Parts: sequence; C-alpha cells; structure tokens
Amino acid sequence: MWQAIYEELGSHGFVPITVALDKDAEDARPYIERASPTHPSLIDTQHVVAELYHVVNVPTMIWIDEAGRIVRPHDSQFGTDTFTAFHGKHSAPYLDALRAWVREGKGALDPATVRSHQIQPTAETQLARAHRALAWWLHQRGVAEAAERHFLRAGELAPKDWTIRRGSMPIRGINPMGPEFFELAKQGVPLYPMEELPVEGGASRKS
Amino acid sequence: MATSELFTLLDGERVTSLRASIDGDAVRITPDDLRDATGWALKPEGLCQGDVCIPVRDRAALADARGVDLAAFARALDRPLALDVAERVAALGTSATERSASLATLEAPDFSLPDLHGQLHTLSAHRGKKALLIVYASW
Repeated sequence: MWQAIYEELGSHGFVPITVALDKDAEDARPYIERASPTHPSLIDTQHVVAELYHVVNVPTMIWIDEAGRIVRPHDSQFGTDTFTAFHGKHSAPYLDALRAWVREGKGALDPATVRSHQIQPTAETQLARAHRALAWWLHQRGVAEAAERHFLRAGELAPKDWTIRRGSMPIRGINPMGPEFFELAKQGVPLYPMEELPVEGGASRKS
Repeated sequence: MATSELFTLLDGERVTSLRASIDGDAVRITPDDLRDATGWALKPEGLCQGDVCIPVRDRAALADARGVDLAAFARALDRPLALDVAERVAALGTSATERSASLATLEAPDFSLPDLHGQLHTLSAHRGKKALLIVYASW
C-alpha cells in the first residue's frame, strides 16, 4: 500500500515511514513482508513514537515537512480502506490530499491549526505511559502477574488511549478483536478524540 | 527498617541497575546513582542537569543521609513515577508540561527504531524530504 505511494511520489522528495506499535517484530512481519517495502518500516515495541507524538490510537498519520516540522498532526483520517466498513471513512480523499501536498505543496496546515488539533497530554495520561513502560519491562522479564497490574493501572489512568488499552491486549493474552475490544467500544471510548481535520486539495483525482 | 536491595530504574530508554534503600513504599538511592540513572545531580541550588537547576522546596523530604527519595524526586521535577516496590523496579515518565511544550514547538521529535532486520533508522536522516509518519499495529 505505502510502497505504491512511495513509488508514485518518492521522486518528488517524499518518504513514507511506517511504525508498528507491536509487541514484537513477528506480529508486524506478515504486514511488512506482504508489502515488500523499500521505505523504512519500523517496529516500536516500547511505544517510543506513541510517547513522543502522544498517539492514542492507530492507524494514524502525521505529515512532517522538509524542515522537520509537523504540518498535519495525527487525526482520524485513514490511509487504507481495511476498516472502512467499521468506521465509514474512505482513504481516497486523504491520499489525494497527500498527493497535492507532496507534488504541489498544498494542504500544509498553519501552526495554530496544527496546535489546536493536537491531543493534550495530562498528568494522568503521562503516568499511564510510565505504568505501561513498567508493565512492558516486567512482561519482557516474564513477570506476568506484576506486568498485568501495571497494564491495568495504565488503562485506568488513560481510559481513552487505545494504544495502551487495546495495544496491551495481545501482550496480556487477550484477543484484541474479541469481546474486550467490543466492550471498549461499548464504553464509548472514541476511536479518535479530535474533530476531523479538513482534507483539502483532494480534487485532483481523475475519475 | 530499611533494607538495601538491587533495584532497576527505567528512564525512557535508559535502564539502570543500582542499589536502593527500601523502607515500606519509600525507595531511596544515592545521589551518585541518581545522576548516573537520570542525569540529574543534587546540588546546593537544587536538582541540576547541565546548566539547568530546579529549586527544591522541601529538601528534607527529597534527600537525607539515607539517600534521595525517588517519589520526592519525581514530584520535584513534576514527572510521573510508576513504582513496583515488590518487583524492585520503577519507571520515570515525562511530565505533561514537558510533553505539551515539546508538541507545541511542532518540531517532529526525533527517534531511532529498528526494522525487521534489526537495522536502526532515524527520522532526522530524512530531513530535506517530506515524510509521512504512519503509526499502525497488527492489533
């Protein structure tokens, strides 16, 4: 998927970088090998990117310009249609906006708009990440019972963070597509807490 | 009664094994270990890292002859601390204030992560290109 976009836009000075928030490389391997990517396809077991960018659900995408500045924060747009039936969003407008940005420099948001769409961390969400880090360290050392305590505590502190609550399920031996997932949805945990960002410059797609 | 135990302190990606004095829920470590594990040194003017010093309001609660109290240290820097005394391990997080300030700069935080082959890639190596950071998971 992103390989095709890379082949299409790479010559315009563009690189996609995928980051899998998975418990080990083997979970992400089938996705990466199927795509045969030549762009960076990374594994983030420690949730380094989730922490640094305050990502609370996946999939999500962030635009970073040539100077290393964020010109579109992560939001509720999707790059694929894998779950369109579930959330009702289509990827085509987003991908067209991406093309317009890369080719014509259109669609980068002004700093005030980017800032207003950032999800703000709180003392609770940051403490949740510390408990998640502790849980992950304990899990890797095979101390499952103590790890479970801290995964649960992290989820209590950040009830709207899917990377913590759902992302911990495979580590804790829970099916992330099973009843516990639907229970989260039933609790009204929003898939993404921000209002949608505008998708502009997307009219260039030829029908 | 305090006991001296092996203890692990996690600070971001930095993992340090040290000895801690444990008394109930209170975990104290030596100022030298604190500096090695976190980069923060205890000085007369407060807690210092490089040229930056944070004044400490309640110095007696932060440190005494038994060492630096981890929870008080985290509080002094407004950083979250997840502590598991039974497992002899604690994780220091990043304060909401610091993370918010970092996000507000709009500078994309740099990171290095491995690919499937274990080769590390660094975001800033792609400076000069437009980059799309795609965060996903198999779950």
